[in-house]
Amino acid sequence: MTAKPAVEELDLIETGGPPADSGGRLGYGDDGGDFRPATPRSPQVYVTGIWIALASILMFFMGLTSSFIVRKGLGADWAPFTLPPLLWANSLVLLASSGTLELSRRAYRDGLRSVYRRWWHVTTALGLVFLIGQLVAWQQLRAAGVFVATNPSSSFFYLMTATHGLHLLGGILALAYVAARSRRADLVLWPAERPAVTATATYWHFLGGLWVFLFLLLWLGR
Amino acid sequence: MDNKHSNPGSGLAAWGFLIVLVVLTFSTIYFFWARTWWFPESITELGRRVDAQFVRTLWVTGLVFFLSQLALAYTILRYTSAQPGRAVFSHGNTTMEIVWTALTAVMFVGLGIAAEAAWSDYHALGPAPAHSNPQIVEVTGKQFKWYFRYPGPDGVFGRTKLELVRDDLGNYQGVDFDDPAAKDDVLTAELAVVVNQPVQVTLRTLDVTHSFFVRELRFKQDTVPGLPITMNFTPEKTGVYEIACAELCGLGHHQMRADLKVLTPAEFEQWMREQAVYMAPLTGVEPPATETPESQPQP
Amino acid sequence: MSTEGHHGAHAAPTGFIRKYIFSKDHKVIGIQYIALAITAVFVGMFLSLLMRLHLAWPTLELPFYGLMTPEQYLALMTMHGTIMVFFVLTTAPQSGFGNYFLPIQIGAADMAFPTLNMLSFWFTFVSFVVMLAAFFVSGGAPISGWTAYVPLSALGEVAGPGLGWGQSLWIVSLAIFSGASLMGALNFITTTLDLRTRGMSLMRMPLSCWAWFITAILALLGFAVLLAAGILLLLDRHAGTSFFIPGGLLVSDRVIDHKGGSPLLWQHLFWFFGHPEVYIAILPGMGIVSHVLSTFARKAIFGYRAMVYAMGAIALLGLGVWGHHMFQSGMSPYSAIAFSLLTMSIGVPSAIKTFNWIGTLWGARIRFSTAMLYALGFVSIFVTGGLSGLFLAQPSVDIPLHDTYFVVAHFHLIMGVAAIFGMFAGTYFWFPKMFGRYLNEGIGKVHFWLTFIGVYAIFMPMHYIGLSGHMRRLPDLSAYTSLADLQPVHLFMSVAAFITIGAQLLFLFNLVWSLLRGKKAVSLNPWEATTLEWTIPSPPPHDNFAGLEPVVHRGPYEFAVPGADNDYTPQHLPEVRAAPAHGDD
Repeated sequence: MTAKPAVEELDLIETGGPPADSGGRLGYGDDGGDFRPATPRSPQVYVTGIWIALASILMFFMGLTSSFIVRKGLGADWAPFTLPPLLWANSLVLLASSGTLELSRRAYRDGLRSVYRRWWHVTTALGLVFLIGQLVAWQQLRAAGVFVATNPSSSFFYLMTATHGLHLLGGILALAYVAARSRRADLVLWPAERPAVTATATYWHFLGGLWVFLFLLLWLGR
Repeated sequence: MDNKHSNPGSGLAAWGFLIVLVVLTFSTIYFFWARTWWFPESITELGRRVDAQFVRTLWVTGLVFFLSQLALAYTILRYTSAQPGRAVFSHGNTTMEIVWTALTAVMFVGLGIAAEAAWSDYHALGPAPAHSNPQIVEVTGKQFKWYFRYPGPDGVFGRTKLELVRDDLGNYQGVDFDDPAAKDDVLTAELAVVVNQPVQVTLRTLDVTHSFFVRELRFKQDTVPGLPITMNFTPEKTGVYEIACAELCGLGHHQMRADLKVLTPAEFEQWMREQAVYMAPLTGVEPPATETPESQPQP
Repeated sequence: MSTEGHHGAHAAPTGFIRKYIFSKDHKVIGIQYIALAITAVFVGMFLSLLMRLHLAWPTLELPFYGLMTPEQYLALMTMHGTIMVFFVLTTAPQSGFGNYFLPIQIGAADMAFPTLNMLSFWFTFVSFVVMLAAFFVSGGAPISGWTAYVPLSALGEVAGPGLGWGQSLWIVSLAIFSGASLMGALNFITTTLDLRTRGMSLMRMPLSCWAWFITAILALLGFAVLLAAGILLLLDRHAGTSFFIPGGLLVSDRVIDHKGGSPLLWQHLFWFFGHPEVYIAILPGMGIVSHVLSTFARKAIFGYRAMVYAMGAIALLGLGVWGHHMFQSGMSPYSAIAFSLLTMSIGVPSAIKTFNWIGTLWGARIRFSTAMLYALGFVSIFVTGGLSGLFLAQPSVDIPLHDTYFVVAHFHLIMGVAAIFGMFAGTYFWFPKMFGRYLNEGIGKVHFWLTFIGVYAIFMPMHYIGLSGHMRRLPDLSAYTSLADLQPVHLFMSVAAFITIGAQLLFLFNLVWSLLRGKKAVSLNPWEATTLEWTIPSPPPHDNFAGLEPVVHRGPYEFAVPGADNDYTPQHLPEVRAAPAHGDD
């Protein structure tokens, strides 16, 4: 009996499988089993993955939200404070960025490369503006003497805006990454970029919706 | 040798399971039947109902335990690969699935529903009914001791302030003795109650979560900082019982015990008189003249 | 073959670092997780060894250690629980074996996100290092138990030793661990949904794959909440917030400057994670046991569909029962009733699984390999450990049993034994595939019998001392006259523990010896199993199926098919020789 060839040495793909007379020693269907050349891994996984990630992120914020509701319900020391009006402007900026993101996606679907890129960059910039706006709002609160530990209402404010902001930073990085890819001269837009565009857009819209929810919660419950 | 078939000695494995599972099953049933280790006797009516539900559960689980372990032993012994031929070709039996699912559901959920009655009564009372003339006591857990406070004849507890806590003087809860209502409060390190009379306890703690646990009462309730909890019990037998802490509270958790003394009315009066002597330096109120007090257990 | 869309992820890596350290190969990552778990389990066992030494002989002075103080005991206990639950039971069953075998069993070349997979492992590794660091900081490891109830865990050193730096490191470690678990869960779910090979419908997946999939969903939801809880606790400790800490506290003669928080809120958040966590620990073991039982019974698993639905029901119900850890906590007694009824209901799918395992053995032809011994042992232990849960699930019966050794018996049998038996079964079963050599079956059988008898000897008596009223988490019994009679039982349990822990050294020896000198596995499918991992070489090449993909034609447990040449019909054989499906599917 000659030495078994290492699997890597067999040109399984070319021949469509191991030699029929290997009698189950090599695997890959040499016992009569059904094997065929592999289909490449679909980039659909990124889109599926984003939806799964959103379920987890939602759960995280639900944990914080239920803590908010319980803590507020305990009464006693919950003291309202004035939310900086800047937050309204920030919210509009974030919602606008969802709008520009959709403009970008429509251009992408129509194959209009430069329009797609332009609106994509605008979205990224708006996202940055939102984040900076959040930091400025924090600054305004601190100037008014409202800090993390001032009272539970302010504690939740800082906590929710910080965790949302961190997730948004991840979103900005994703937007920037796709923007960088869109600059490549040899870029094939369709369908290669579709998972990246879809996944990033789904994440971004989710964070926008999440912000609306959190903002309403913090404002109505302040 | 590739393990294509049962190795020699597999019969030993089957007998091994039989021995272990039979010993396990019968020894376990024996220890529960003979009550070799068991709860101490219940001294409350609610405790007896808890015990009854425990026994009901024991019957159900005991039956399932007995049947499952022995069925496992039997199938292991009977269906080894030493038997000729192949295994039965079957993917299951829907009828059996439905039957044993339904049986299990009825048994388990039925048990659960049966358990609720004792639970509702345990908690629904909360403060004892006013007309039952309960003995009112405040129980405070602190790292790592239990302290008790009686409101005295006025039936009102004096106010407390954290800043007034003086362990060295025996003022463990920070009772403000400038408050007139506090003048007749009695602070003790053991819980004394009268037999066959309802006792209403308000459970508090000054630092971390503890748990007030008396085995014979079948009473256990966490004491939560910031959340006073009022419950009641009626002991039916005199004696001295151990109060334990049943929630990890720090390095002294294992030492956090106190005595529960269930006394006759006469013994209780005597005990109260003794406590009043020790309260005098704190309250500034002279106790009524009595015979020489016995030594108070050191808190 | 066209490489369109092929990102080069399956070109085999070169260089030691890329192959074995920062590898993106799910098989290497699986082994890394298992190696971490084995390290952790020996650390955890060592801690419990010290605990059992102390409980047997409380006045014993250990060499280099001296007399054990209560806080040392509590620190050992806290770290034992934490390390075992997280770094053993949440790594090996899911991230260890799952990472290795989920892709192969579904016919994929790797996980959906190999880079994320690598990050998951290394974050877990960092988390473990941070956890161990808690032993070495000033004040030592925390003493608040693996449950870290507030306020004890939130107040810092003022409440006790180890509660300063030690507790903070503990929280940070678990926060990192949570992030790693979330990444892993994402990978498992996406892989199961998107990467199954042709013909591998969900209902043709091996039950181990279903277990990993359902476990990942629980982890995805549970760890998110643990992360949130950990952040809130860190803020209470270091930022002056009062999410959990109420007002009016006097600790060690110091008035604490917090107010308004709720200790119960911590318990709700922790147990909302904590209960799914125990199902995360046991479900993969159930899946592996189903798989091993069927294979060595030479018979299809009894009621495949019911097994899937039962695991799903356990997971779904498991998300709603967390309050049964809180019956005595001060929580509303009405919610206790709801939690109780849901908990009793979980007994139903658990019973279904048990009956189906026994049903699988009925009419079987059992082959007693070591893997099978562990699978059979699992069934017995699961019955014993599960039934004690029925007592604890009823709030009234729970009154005398909560925080006693009865609870300790329950969770050790289910997690510390049954889940571990699932791991042993998987190890003995898959070792030849992973390493091309067998674990020594003779040593394996000795290991099994010593362990099986040993664990019953250790944990059955705990039920009895629990009935007698022996509370948990006691460094010594001397304060309670009512417990003095129970000291001999502690001695018995400790001796049983020493023997059982010693038997694990046999396993370690077997592992190392077999890796180096074990009998080579000549056959690709030594156990004559039906699933896809047995169609590839041992060990498999980097991309598992060498650029091919299997096509699946039937379910995973087609044994003793009438008319077939062999008593097993692998999943990837074409229809030709298969008889029509018979019986209920």
